[in-house]
Amino acid sequence: MPNRKIQPAIVDAIDFDLQLKPCALFTLDNGVQVYAVDAGETDVLQIEWVFYAGNFYEHKNIVAGTTNFMLKNGTHSKNAFAINEHFEYYGAYLNRACYNETATITLHCLNKHLPVLLPAVAELITDSIFPEEELAIYKQNQQQKLTVKLKKADFIASRTIDTLLYGIQHPYGIYTSHDDYKALERDELVAFYQQFYTKGKCVLFVGGKLPSNLEQQLNTSFGNLPLNSTALPAVNPVAIPATEKKHHLINDENGVQSSIRIARPFPNRHHPDFMKVQVLNTIFGGFFGSRLMSNIREDKGYTYGIHSFIQNHIQQTSWMVSTEAGRDVCDATIKEVYFEMERLRNEPVPQEELELVRNFMIGSILGDLDGPFQIIGRWKNYVLNNLTDAYFYKSIDTIKHITSAEIQALAIKYLQPDAFYELTVI
Amino acid sequence: MIHYNRFVLDNGLRVLVHEDTATPMAVLNVMYDVGARDENPAQTGFAHLFEHLMFGGSINIKDYDEPLQRAGGENNAYTTNDLTNYYCQLPAQNIETAFWLESDRMLSLAFSKKSLEVQRKVVCEEFKEHYINQPYGDVWHKMRALTYTVHPYRWMTIGQELSHVENAQLDDVKNFFFKHYRPINAIVVVAGNVKTEDVKRLAEKWFGNIPMGEKYVRQLPQEPAQTNARRLEVIADVPLDAIYKTWHMGPRLDKGYYAAEIITEILGGGASSRLYQALVKEKQLFSNIECYQFGSIDPGIVTIEGKLVKGINPSTAEAAIEEELDKIKSTLVSEQELQKVKNKTESLITFEDMTILSRAGSLANYELLGNANLMNEEMGRYQAITTKEILQYSQQIFDVNNSNTMVYCSKN
Repeated sequence: MPNRKIQPAIVDAIDFDLQLKPCALFTLDNGVQVYAVDAGETDVLQIEWVFYAGNFYEHKNIVAGTTNFMLKNGTHSKNAFAINEHFEYYGAYLNRACYNETATITLHCLNKHLPVLLPAVAELITDSIFPEEELAIYKQNQQQKLTVKLKKADFIASRTIDTLLYGIQHPYGIYTSHDDYKALERDELVAFYQQFYTKGKCVLFVGGKLPSNLEQQLNTSFGNLPLNSTALPAVNPVAIPATEKKHHLINDENGVQSSIRIARPFPNRHHPDFMKVQVLNTIFGGFFGSRLMSNIREDKGYTYGIHSFIQNHIQQTSWMVSTEAGRDVCDATIKEVYFEMERLRNEPVPQEELELVRNFMIGSILGDLDGPFQIIGRWKNYVLNNLTDAYFYKSIDTIKHITSAEIQALAIKYLQPDAFYELTVI
Repeated sequence: MIHYNRFVLDNGLRVLVHEDTATPMAVLNVMYDVGARDENPAQTGFAHLFEHLMFGGSINIKDYDEPLQRAGGENNAYTTNDLTNYYCQLPAQNIETAFWLESDRMLSLAFSKKSLEVQRKVVCEEFKEHYINQPYGDVWHKMRALTYTVHPYRWMTIGQELSHVENAQLDDVKNFFFKHYRPINAIVVVAGNVKTEDVKRLAEKWFGNIPMGEKYVRQLPQEPAQTNARRLEVIADVPLDAIYKTWHMGPRLDKGYYAAEIITEILGGGASSRLYQALVKEKQLFSNIECYQFGSIDPGIVTIEGKLVKGINPSTAEAAIEEELDKIKSTLVSEQELQKVKNKTESLITFEDMTILSRAGSLANYELLGNANLMNEEMGRYQAITTKEILQYSQQIFDVNNSNTMVYCSKN
């Protein structure tokens, strides 16, 4: 009979020697840089075209996002249906997404179909025409979606907290209204497209089992395009945080839950505290065993889940607590969040808890490095944030060696209730 | 081709091993052959509530998560109408911790009063978050109840009503556990950087002496063939009118299942699908429309759902859906259209199989269906479907007497 009372011997995850698989870098004929990670056993690829075409660069709200969305809605030779039919016929997934600084096109495909897919992507970058009728359908359907979302407390809470933190004029704080859709003009999309896609700054990230002629294939389809041919405008938006810290909104009188967001401004990845705060954040609300989850979900049952995290912004960011709690326990939940901040300020984290969090974080990174898409994703994050793999090794080192005293000092520095915005939406 | 080894312990526990030395990690996946369909109609939501209780401590281990996190691991679980699945992933060197944790909770839970009290509340908040505090949140409660008259698929995994979860008692929890959570009703899959002989040794050591339990023999009321179209009209505080339609389809291993999956892809899979092209883009009747099937083990559901463009009459929109259904019921789809869907399926299966977590889950799933090797035969089953069969199954599924329709109207 095994002894069920004691845990079998484990290798401490902090004793693992974690390595980030290196990333190849090559340059196409027109100077476009390609980062590539060759890994995995399956003949599949993920290719991501990153353009500096996020909402930082638009002069009017939602121009960047709409331009990105409509890349698949028509070229001179293919209408929207034909474009979708082409990618779907070959079982490929072509997605696009618009962020703040960047906007992307992402292709997932079986390697064998790459030769017919790459020219089609090139066509979207050089020859999109943004048909009026497609734009009209898009505006109508997006407005309907917005109408539904405006009924949801969590949607209202997430966009309102961003506005409180950065101001409605800042790309991180702005949100979309019905009027924005109504005011949108096709010409604005075309101009944005030409500047930020066709001639825009572009970087490629490729992960998967790379075909031996990948560089040549990419060069044939993209190496002669006019990419990177206009200088990126300098954009330095200034955040204007709200002066009033506490806000309570009623979106639905009959709502049975309250969306709670508690957040403070926080510096970006280049700040010396950033990595260390990742450890403090994990303890606070960053995993299932965190203080917030243990207390507010597992002990009191006030919520299905409560998390804290650092927002994934490049320029500056925020540290946020987010949860949906029963309407009757909303105040009690907020009180416990501040209580957990106080505990982290007043008491050093016990050694046992810290060791557990170190192991959890390292194990989690190890699991996260499993597979080519995850590895290239990590590299992309470093490149876009102007970091190198030194950041990876320094993070690991921080997780392994940070002390309880350092963590407490950070809690005293950052987890001060006065610094936090507090928002509830019912 | 996914390779695996399989053995059965004396207590009936089925164990599958998938070796993959390319990863430093390992996964231990435990699937229990119990889902919401096995619940008492007066105590729905129990299988899912139970999933929460499985993290409230076992007979010898007071906390499940802590030791796993200490070993660098993460875990989660999910409950469906058909089954309940628990999985954890951790560095392969520490796999024995996963055996220790999972075997102890199969041996027996701690049945703590406090855990039950807290998790009842947590599940109630989950219920509110997903199904009450959301526009259109009650749609599938209503549609399941309309589509199924006797089969337990007529309620959701979260439960039919909050009170069923609120009233759960500790004795009910114990009975449920010893009826369903026994080795004879479970499947263990270990995947990743492990060796079969080590897994065998660890499985014997940790799971070998758990009493076998009684084989649960499922005797569910089977849904009779539907003979008349059913309709429901609901007026609710939502901003847009919506239409929901369902039809009964074949069970998971039936040829009709594969045909239904292809049919839903032709109609609703992606921006080149028929419904999207005709009703969202060309006729502009819907702002979005979807067609999919539920993937159920017992005879399941094909559904079409969409939100109407403001000002469009629901009967006009519904007639346009029928028009598309008439086409697929009367005219063979082209070979090219069928090939597109098969290519998409091939791609989907290839991408799904990329992580050990997903391979482990799939192996358990197919073993539960009767044979893990079905996983390797799946693509062949899709390849075998012909355009004629698409026509034939479309006629069968989209028979008007087999249909259920709900018009969900905005009260504004």
